[in-house]
Amino acid sequence: MAFVILKDLAYQYPSSTGLVLENISLQIQEGEFVSIIGPNGAGKSTLCYALAGFVPHFFKGEISGEVEVDGRKSSESTLDEWALNVGLAFQNPFNQISGAKYTVFEEIAFGLENIGVPRDEMKKRVEDAMSLTGISDLADRSPYSLSGGQQQRVALTSILVMRPRLLVLDEPTSQMDPVGTREVFGVVRKMAEEGMTVVMVEHKVEWIANFADRVIALKDGQILIEGKPNEVLTSDLLIENGFGISRYTSAAREARKRGLWKKEKLPVTLDEAVEGFKS
Amino acid sequence: MKIIINNLHFTYPTGLEALKGISLTINPGEQVAIVGQNGAGKTTLVRHFNGLLKPTSGAISIGEWETTKYSTAKLASRVGYVFQNPDEQLFSRDVLAEVSFGPRNLGYEKSKADELVKRAMALTELNDKAETNPYDLSPTWRKMVALASIIAMDTPIIIFDEPTTGQDAVNVARIANVIAELKREGRTVVTITHDIDFCAENFERIIALAKGQVLLDGLARDVLGQGEILAQTYVEPPQLTRLGKRLGLKETITKQDQFLNAIARD
Repeated sequence: MAFVILKDLAYQYPSSTGLVLENISLQIQEGEFVSIIGPNGAGKSTLCYALAGFVPHFFKGEISGEVEVDGRKSSESTLDEWALNVGLAFQNPFNQISGAKYTVFEEIAFGLENIGVPRDEMKKRVEDAMSLTGISDLADRSPYSLSGGQQQRVALTSILVMRPRLLVLDEPTSQMDPVGTREVFGVVRKMAEEGMTVVMVEHKVEWIANFADRVIALKDGQILIEGKPNEVLTSDLLIENGFGISRYTSAAREARKRGLWKKEKLPVTLDEAVEGFKS
Repeated sequence: MKIIINNLHFTYPTGLEALKGISLTINPGEQVAIVGQNGAGKTTLVRHFNGLLKPTSGAISIGEWETTKYSTAKLASRVGYVFQNPDEQLFSRDVLAEVSFGPRNLGYEKSKADELVKRAMALTELNDKAETNPYDLSPTWRKMVALASIIAMDTPIIIFDEPTTGQDAVNVARIANVIAELKREGRTVVTITHDIDFCAENFERIIALAKGQVLLDGLARDVLGQGEILAQTYVEPPQLTRLGKRLGLKETITKQDQFLNAIARD
């Protein structure tokens, strides 16, 4: 059975005038790395909140359908039970950092403290997680003294350290430099290889194509198209609906009109583009 | 209005030495992008432009004003600064009040202020949101409100700190339009960005910072062609630049049209 199951999910915030998510049905296997793309306002963050249980437990509002993770229904769990299985890194790291801790090390330990992990184990887990995401040198800094990209790494690390079975990431690299972005994709891929299920909202199409197993394109609260990265990310539907596409795809589409791209399939990655333009 | 930075050093009270001797001149009407790894000192540098930070040593002047001699409030008439996170700068009850605050505060006459607000709102496509509370808008539109509220101040210099973060393709195009319009008006635009493709398509000059120093400074195609040096500050050349290189094209590619012309010739 799929690890994550969404059945006819529909949702509306208390303040919204219409449905923010509608008719979402989806299955995700354990260890799968799924990326969600979509224009602003498509419902990507709301879908993250639904997976993490914040919708509806925290935001209230009206929900119908089901969110199921590992055979348990979100509607029948409390948020604190849910948080043991599912971790969410927020789009804006500033909204996630606790404000209760003086150092990055303590900030990352915060979640483990709350679930009563013994001190020695906690220390080791925090150190391991910081080394994994490459922020060991920030351990003694104040979370508020960091740059945006560094804060994002801290926010990601403080979720990874909890070892959730479902990791939900809302634009985790939006403020990162390109190398940092690639590293985060690499870390997330590694987590997936080790069996963690990952749902990641992202705009950076080139890296999605290189690392994710599947792409789901959301538009106006509904699934527009889903499938393998190279199929979804080269689809004409994306351009027609205001999605960002990679410069390789865009250049090859134009080149095709001028007879300079002869392959049937359009490229998403650098390697695909090089291969296609060489032939 | 010229920006002249002379051997600028800055050390935070924590002892972190963020800028280690930066010298730069930015000419009136230039469109400059600043790139570099997280923690390279990009934000620290531009926070000196409007006096939010003052040099530990060295100097920076905006026109003939040396920033140590003027308050940030005063410098705000010359340098507008759009924060990375719009939530750090928005506070008014509705969008119109937010966008009007800056020009009113700078003491423009009412008719002039109204005109500036109107133009800024039109440019950022906010006209239908004038009466909305900024916090009822999505983060995308809050970003546009932040942009509008600074543009309306009509400063000769505008700083954008990561304007495209978290924005979709439609909105990135909108922001590119805003920058192009500011260029037509002759204003200086200094933008911090990690979006190197956006950078290649919209800026003439690129400054790469690394560990508090200038690593590269020059025309976009000269800077972006130096992949190995850029790697020192964790910047990868744009997608089409990398593609051009892999295909063995002689020129450094920065834009799609240029790429298509180059492969057509090849």
